[in-house]
Amino acid sequence: MSTARRIENSILTILTIVGAALWIFPLYWAFVTSIRSEDRVVSEQAGLIPDEFNLASYIDVLFNTRLLNWYMNSIVTSVIITVVVIVSGMMCAYALSQMRFPGRRLLYGVVLASFMVPTQALVVTQFILMNSLGFINTWAGIILPQLIVPVVIIVYKQFFDAVPKEMREAVVLDGGGEYTLLFKVYLPLNWGITTALAIITFIMAWNQFLWPFLVVTTEDMMTIPVGITQVNDAFGVFYARLMSVALLGAMPVALAYLVFQRRVTEAVMISSGVKG
Amino acid sequence: MATHYNRRKHLAIAFSLVAPFVFFFCLVFLWPAIRVVELSFTNGPLIGEGEWVGLENYRRILTDNLFYTSLKNNGYFILLTVVPTTVLALTIALLVNRLSGRLQAAMLALFFLPYILPVSVVTMIWTWMLDFQFGILQPAFAFFTGKPVPVFKDPYWVMPMVAVVTIWWTNGFNVLLFIAGLRNVPQELYEAAALDGANSRQQFRRVTWPLLWPVTALVLTLQLILQLKIFDQVYLMSEGGPFNSSYVLLLMVYREAFQLNHGGYASAIALVLFVVIMVVSVLQFQVLKVRGAR
Repeated sequence: MSTARRIENSILTILTIVGAALWIFPLYWAFVTSIRSEDRVVSEQAGLIPDEFNLASYIDVLFNTRLLNWYMNSIVTSVIITVVVIVSGMMCAYALSQMRFPGRRLLYGVVLASFMVPTQALVVTQFILMNSLGFINTWAGIILPQLIVPVVIIVYKQFFDAVPKEMREAVVLDGGGEYTLLFKVYLPLNWGITTALAIITFIMAWNQFLWPFLVVTTEDMMTIPVGITQVNDAFGVFYARLMSVALLGAMPVALAYLVFQRRVTEAVMISSGVKG
Repeated sequence: MATHYNRRKHLAIAFSLVAPFVFFFCLVFLWPAIRVVELSFTNGPLIGEGEWVGLENYRRILTDNLFYTSLKNNGYFILLTVVPTTVLALTIALLVNRLSGRLQAAMLALFFLPYILPVSVVTMIWTWMLDFQFGILQPAFAFFTGKPVPVFKDPYWVMPMVAVVTIWWTNGFNVLLFIAGLRNVPQELYEAAALDGANSRQQFRRVTWPLLWPVTALVLTLQLILQLKIFDQVYLMSEGGPFNSSYVLLLMVYREAFQLNHGGYASAIALVLFVVIMVVSVLQFQVLKVRGAR
C-alpha cells in the first residue's frame, strides 16, 4: 500500500471515530448532567468533564415518582406482547408455509397488505373499541392493539419455507402431528431467528409511545415512555432529575441491545428484507 | 372414509394454528378499520352515537386551513429529513464498513444506539441540550444568529430542529440497512475492478452504487412513509406550535378525536392520511423501481 493510501485510510478512520463520538455525545451529556447536583448543572463552571458523582437525583426520581410503577407496567406489557406476537406469528406462519387449507392465499395476502397499513390511522376506533370493552387504563388495553406484527409472520414463513422437506417426512413416519413438527422440528431449527425477532419485538413494544399515551390516563398505569414525560411537568426545569429519569427509562432497552447486539442488527436487517 | 377423516383433522389443525392471529387481527385491526370508515361519515363524538352526514366531514377537510397547514408541514418535514438522513446514513455506512473487527462493531453500536431509545428519552435529552438558558448547544446558536434561540418556540427553527432530533434518533436504522447492502456486494467485483485499474471513486460509481441502489430505494421509501406518520417528537417537543408551525396531520387527528371530541371528523382526517401514505408509497415504489431497473 502506498504512503498516500495509508494516510488517507488513517484520516478516514479518525474521522469515523470522531463522528461516532459526536453522535453519542447527547447520551454522554445526559449522563454527565444526571450525576451532578441541580445547582452545579446550571452553574457557570459546569464543564464537559464529569466533576461530581452525585446520585441524589437518581434516588429522588426512584422514590418520588411512579417510576417503579411504570417499570412494572412496561415490563409486563412488553413481555406479554412479545410472547403472544412470537407464538401466534410462528403458528400462523407454520400453517401458511407447511399446510394446505381453504383461505390460505387470502390470509397471506391479508398479512402482506396489513404490513403496509399505517396503524396510526386506526387509533381512534381502537380507542373506542377498548373503551367499550372496559380496557381503558388496563394492561389489556395497552397490549391488545400491539399484538398485530405482520412482519413476524412474513419472516417466519420465509424461514419455514427454507426447511428441507426430508426433516418433515422423518417425523411424519414416526407418527408425529403438525404441532410436534412445529415445536420439535421447525422451532428448534429456527431458534436464532426466534430470539432475534423476540428481542426486536420487545424493544419496539417497550418504546411504543402513541398507543399507551392514548389508552392510559392515570399516572399509575403509564408505561416508561409515557410516564417519564410526567416528571417534566412535576419537576419543571430540574435537568439532573430529568436526565436521571430519562436514562433509567432507557436502561432496559439499552442493556438488551448491548447484550444481544448481533441479534438485534440481524433482526433489523432481516425484517426489512435486505438480508434473508 | 379414513382420508375424509384425515382431511377434516388436517383442516382443524390448520385452523387452530392460524386462529390466535386471526382472532386478534379481526378484533384490533379489521374491526377498527371498518369502523373508522363508517365513523368518518358521521358527526359522532369520540364516545357515543352520531348522525350520518355523508361526505360532510371530507368537504370540511377541504375547507379547513389547519388541514393545509398540517399537510404543508408534513411535506416540509419530509424535505428536511428523508434525503438528508439517507445521504448521512450512506456516508456513515461507507465509513464504518471500511473498518473491521471490534472497531467496526463498536462504531456501529455507537451510531445505532439512539435508535433503540424510547422517543421521550430522546426528546428530553435534546430539550435539555437546546434549553434556552442553559442548553449546551445554545453557544452555537449565539455564534450564528448573535443570540440564543428558544428553538421549540420559534416558528422558523422548530421544524428544522425536530428534523435534526429525528435524524439523530432514527439514522442508525438506515446505517444498518446500508451496511447490510454493502456486505451483499460480492468481493470479487472489487477485485476485478481493481485489476482493471479502477480507483476507489470509480469502484464506488461502477460497482458499489449500482448494487446499492435497491437498498437506497428501500431506505427512501421507508423513511418517506415513516416521516409522514410523525407525531411523537412533535407532540413532545413543541405540541404543534408555535402558531401551528409544527402542526402535522397525525397531531390533527389526535386533537380532533381526543381533545375536541370530534370522533367523526378525526376519522375522516385519519383516512385521508391513510390514503396519502398508501398513494405515496405505491407511487414512490414504482418510480424507484423504474429508475433502479435502468
